[in-house]
Amino acid sequence: MIFNFKFGRKPRQRRETNALSDLKVGERAIVGEMELAPSLAEHLMNLGLVPGFEVTVARACPGGDPRVYRVEGTEIAMRRDLSRHIHVHLLGAPAFGD
Amino acid sequence: MSCHAVARPEESTSVSAALRTVAVVGPPNSGKTTLFNRLTGLRQKVGNFPGVTVEHHRGFIKDGAGNEIALIDLPGVYSLTPKSEDEKVAVEVLLGKMAGIPKPDAVILVLNANNLGSHLVLAARVIALGLPTLVLLNMADELRALDGHIDVLALARQLGTPVALVSAVTGEGLFAVTNFLSSSAPAPEPLELPVVGSTRSTREWAVRVGEKASYRRPATPAWTHRLDSIFLHRYWGPVIFAIVVVAVFQTIFAVGQPLSNLMQGGLDRTGLYLGNHLPDGYFRSLLINGVWKGVGSVLVFLPQILLLFLVIGILEDSGYLARAAIIADKTMSHVGLNGKSFIPLLSAYACAVPAIMATRTIESKRDRIATILIAPFMTCSARLPVYTMVIAAFLPNRPLLGPFFGTRAAAMLSLYVLGFLMAVLTAKLLNSTVLRSKDTPFVLEMPPYRWPRPVSLGLRLVDRGKAFVYRAGTVIMLVSLLLWAATNFPMHNGQPPAVQDSVVGTIGHSIEPVIRPLGFDWKIGVGLLTSIAAREVIIATLGTLHGVDPESHAGDLQAALRQELAPAAAVALLIFFAFAMQCMSTIAVVRRETNGWKWPIIQFTYMTVVAYIAAYAAYHIAGRLIA
Repeated sequence: MIFNFKFGRKPRQRRETNALSDLKVGERAIVGEMELAPSLAEHLMNLGLVPGFEVTVARACPGGDPRVYRVEGTEIAMRRDLSRHIHVHLLGAPAFGD
Repeated sequence: MSCHAVARPEESTSVSAALRTVAVVGPPNSGKTTLFNRLTGLRQKVGNFPGVTVEHHRGFIKDGAGNEIALIDLPGVYSLTPKSEDEKVAVEVLLGKMAGIPKPDAVILVLNANNLGSHLVLAARVIALGLPTLVLLNMADELRALDGHIDVLALARQLGTPVALVSAVTGEGLFAVTNFLSSSAPAPEPLELPVVGSTRSTREWAVRVGEKASYRRPATPAWTHRLDSIFLHRYWGPVIFAIVVVAVFQTIFAVGQPLSNLMQGGLDRTGLYLGNHLPDGYFRSLLINGVWKGVGSVLVFLPQILLLFLVIGILEDSGYLARAAIIADKTMSHVGLNGKSFIPLLSAYACAVPAIMATRTIESKRDRIATILIAPFMTCSARLPVYTMVIAAFLPNRPLLGPFFGTRAAAMLSLYVLGFLMAVLTAKLLNSTVLRSKDTPFVLEMPPYRWPRPVSLGLRLVDRGKAFVYRAGTVIMLVSLLLWAATNFPMHNGQPPAVQDSVVGTIGHSIEPVIRPLGFDWKIGVGLLTSIAAREVIIATLGTLHGVDPESHAGDLQAALRQELAPAAAVALLIFFAFAMQCMSTIAVVRRETNGWKWPIIQFTYMTVVAYIAAYAAYHIAGRLIA
């Protein structure tokens, strides 16, 4: 009742939509446009998720959602319903650790 | 590195006595509260800003010349765009538009030295207001330990304000504050760069400023990564979460409950002792049954409140609370809440009063109100004596599943489930009507793991305890006195009346037509009224009305109840207690936490209507089934 385990994942579609939610754990990207209400985008920017700046998928919670993202100086957790509205440009090799 | 020096862009030495009010501003997770506590100690007062749920602390500090200065701790904000309630309050105070608070003469801006990239964005906005500003880069000890670097003097030149590297935890560098308060700080020079543009351009400016001040961000401590890979592990994460949750629950139930009982026992004995030394009469009754009982019904909550805040404080300060929140988040999202509601709702099983106070860890105002509104549906410990008595009176115990799970246990369990389901239903209802969760999505900053500090835990406990006793306690006290008056008037020959002839008895009689459809008579009506003091009071009231001591002759009271209530009405009574907000302390604490009567009135009305309809339905359905 307390947890929602989801072991089987939906078959992943081809990776062309470059939303933050599509990145795998460990992948780095540059934040692009945010298709979010201005106040919400503003809030994310204040937390350090700013277009033109780097973001790394730090880890996923048990159940896969929410996920933790590393931005400069801090880590923030958000749900898929938010991260799928944030466009990103994937950067080279996955980076683990700091 | 000049850690201890206060860097000023230009020296000014003229002592000013005009400095009176100084606002402390900073983002969440900047250690602002620790710093504020460090500066003011216990010399602080809690208050609410008018009309909003936001609370402020006002502390007092002396400048170099011995002049008293009021420090106002503003809510933690990331920016000054007045979108959230917190930001609105911060902006209004800084502009001198907040009623009852003078325009600050200066600002102390607290930033986290480990996250300057983001936090300088706030600095740009605060400095642009034009007030004399002191920028404190907090957590200097961590910056150094984790190989970070900042040239304070260069940063001061860039920002046009004095800057100091400090540590609120160790006290390092804090003399900068005294220096700043003692001298009349020059108004900041306008910055050459357009810093107050869009957030993005301000962020880019912050990077440039950081570079010019040779800022090197410290590495994230390795053990934060290591702990996260355990606490958020696919299997271990939920297991540890479950252990923590059970431990929290056990602490309030198994430790808090006995402490509350001990307190209650002590208060009762003191009351008796005092009573024996006073002449019989109204004065004694008022003092013992009115005032002292009122004091008791406030103080009895203290052990549980303090214990819960101690446990939550440890979880919060260590950084685990944020991890627990994201583990519980997925489940809570199904009812339109977020993971931070989990622990407050869980503690509501012990008592709604500390639970509602614990909702202040929820950043989102919407989720906080929603959690406050559903918390009293959780089966609290005050309902247990009522459930036990009614079930024992009407339901013969027959084993269902083995010797430990009989019909009575099943009835008890179904009442727990019923309360939980109504909470879920209410949360969903709120989510699709007045409080839509879509408007405030869940984003949570993950603080690094730290050792909780006893001093700051202790200060918070004192703060919460005072807030409850003074702010909620007054309402509880008032209702206690009203209830005392209602049971002790009108007088008959200088003696208090029998309960049925008192004001409360008369009201009980007069509401009989309203509660008759639920199968209740006036005696139950009187019990419903007196149980507003606390749910279990109905037992004592029914005992008085039937002339039975409910403690020594529980069986007689049960027999009397069987005479009075049809079995279907007993079911209705249980259901009514499961749903109704029969608790003045909860009402008082909701008023205190939401800073107004609006939410408690809505909540009380809603819960009473739900309880009435459900009890009505239960009476008729159970009546059919039993027949």
